[in-house]
Amino acid sequence: MPISAFLTDPSVCIGCKACEVACKEWNQIPDDGFEWSGQSYDNTQALGASTWRHVLFLEQKQPMGSQLTGTEGPFRWQFLSDVCKHCANAGCLEACPTGAIVRTEVGSVYVQPDVCNGCGYCIVSCPFGVIDRRPQEGLAFKCTFCYDRQVAGLTPACAKACPTQSIRFGEINDLRHQAKTRVQQLQERGYTDAQVYDPQETTVGGIHALFVILGQPEEYNFPPAPEVPTVHLKTAWTYALVSAAVLLLVVCGAFIL
Amino acid sequence: MHWFRRQCYCWSYAGLSFYEQPNRESLSHWEIVVLKNIDPREKATEARLDALRDEATRTGQVTAAGITPSGSPLPRSGAEKGYYGNPLLKPPVWTWQVPLYFFAGGVAGAAANIAFVAHALGRDSSLVRAALWVALLGAVASSPLLIADLGRPSRFLNMLRVFKIRSPMSVGAWTLAVFSSAVGLAVVCQEIVLRGYSSDLLLALRWVAEAAGALAGLVLLSYTSVLLAVTAIPVWSENRRLLPLHFVASALGASAGVLELLGFLNPATNGMALVAAAVETCLAVSIEMRGRAVDAPLREGRVGRLIRVAGTLTGPLPLLLRIFFAHAFGVRGVASVCFILGALLSRYAWIAAGHVSSRDSKILFDLQRKRNVDSNLKAM
Repeated sequence: MPISAFLTDPSVCIGCKACEVACKEWNQIPDDGFEWSGQSYDNTQALGASTWRHVLFLEQKQPMGSQLTGTEGPFRWQFLSDVCKHCANAGCLEACPTGAIVRTEVGSVYVQPDVCNGCGYCIVSCPFGVIDRRPQEGLAFKCTFCYDRQVAGLTPACAKACPTQSIRFGEINDLRHQAKTRVQQLQERGYTDAQVYDPQETTVGGIHALFVILGQPEEYNFPPAPEVPTVHLKTAWTYALVSAAVLLLVVCGAFIL
Repeated sequence: MHWFRRQCYCWSYAGLSFYEQPNRESLSHWEIVVLKNIDPREKATEARLDALRDEATRTGQVTAAGITPSGSPLPRSGAEKGYYGNPLLKPPVWTWQVPLYFFAGGVAGAAANIAFVAHALGRDSSLVRAALWVALLGAVASSPLLIADLGRPSRFLNMLRVFKIRSPMSVGAWTLAVFSSAVGLAVVCQEIVLRGYSSDLLLALRWVAEAAGALAGLVLLSYTSVLLAVTAIPVWSENRRLLPLHFVASALGASAGVLELLGFLNPATNGMALVAAAVETCLAVSIEMRGRAVDAPLREGRVGRLIRVAGTLTGPLPLLLRIFFAHAFGVRGVASVCFILGALLSRYAWIAAGHVSSRDSKILFDLQRKRNVDSNLKAM
């Protein structure tokens, strides 16, 4: 099967949260609390065990493109639907001790809920802060990339429900090309800070959920240079095993001397 | 018409009446409540909106940007603090059992090594026996602690479903399984031998079991540091060199302390405890001296205090007690208790520091931007 991906484009997002609702309905996810955050219209706040799509509402004191503003300075209101990045080198997948987290044939990272035992190691291993443990079941959950729909030849629920094609779904190279074209288009129209968020040069090695963003990744709580934690395996194990060997020598020394 | 009137009457309950019901002399209870509750500020807002509408009709545009709510400015997103300052990473979900397991596993692993070395060098056989029992009890305590922390304790055997060398959690689960079996076998063989039933096979089995226990023990006491270091949590990940030294030293010191409290006050246990306390002192000093921003959770706030108290209890305090008051009655016992408490506290404090660190997106952004600059420089 072709390697599929999402391309999320906030410049056409209208913040309707149809993606959040479609995701919840299709995947039968429980509610994520009914709390008012006071952060614009965003009351889900972050991705989590029961929030697999999360629409960010950014209130920024910047002009929207070449917008002319009134007397109180520039202002823009941006919406972006965040999702699990399905990293090429996924921290959660590497960390999982049970083999519950697997790579599927469409390139996504999938948690098998019947295998996961809720050890929680994937949660601290995700450089994007996506996966979390749901207290009711005690298991780790995150976006499945609608694996069940994809193998049946269907578009993921969020992309299907998106009324403005802000969430596009397709073959990853197609979408990379589309993202580049879209950024060029936006820049020509005065959105000079438009860029693609696709950290291919980092140890994460690229993601399967690309984003066109206006401004810096940090403003969307995207890590500017995400790092898969397992790059430190060699250093940490070397220090650990050398220290342990020194411990053995100290014990020997203590008894001999 | 009758229907329309009834609808209007219903609306009047919400204070929206534009069609007064005839033949009614007084307001209903609900109407009074609605009228009484009109906020004077709301009247002001309404007046403001009218003024804005008026301005828009007259001039075709509005000069004001809108009404700023009280308590504003609301947090905004920015390159400095991220999305409304919300944490980027998720905090660990581990409960109190995990740091307790780190401690128990560490003591058990070190005790197995002490037992093996003491046995191999033909030292005091009662020390060997006690150390093996400490190792076994530590191992026996470890599994329930780990299982209790799982989201689905009934699925604990899934840990042994696969072996993943790249997952420290998987390596740890297998190590604990091997360690528990080896130490259990060693203790059984030992107790049989001590009761006078000896054979070459039994003795050989005991040696193999003790050696395997010692080897697995070395991994058991040190892998927990790798478990923390190989994560996305900045304060753990950035201390990937310090954590192994700290975990190994505190395992050795705590194990020696337990044996001293059991009455084995010999030069060997004292030597191990001294080395451990000296290393711990160096590590505590280095955390303070480096002054890195990423180590802020280790120095500041409640968790910082915990780390400092733990560092004092495992580092300078037992070191000074053992050097200067070595021959005073009970001082070595006090030093041992200090070290054990400190080692236990330190594991809690490191997990707590991970919680604090996971909330600080600014540090994460700074680290990653710096990494970006470094890699760009390398590329040039």
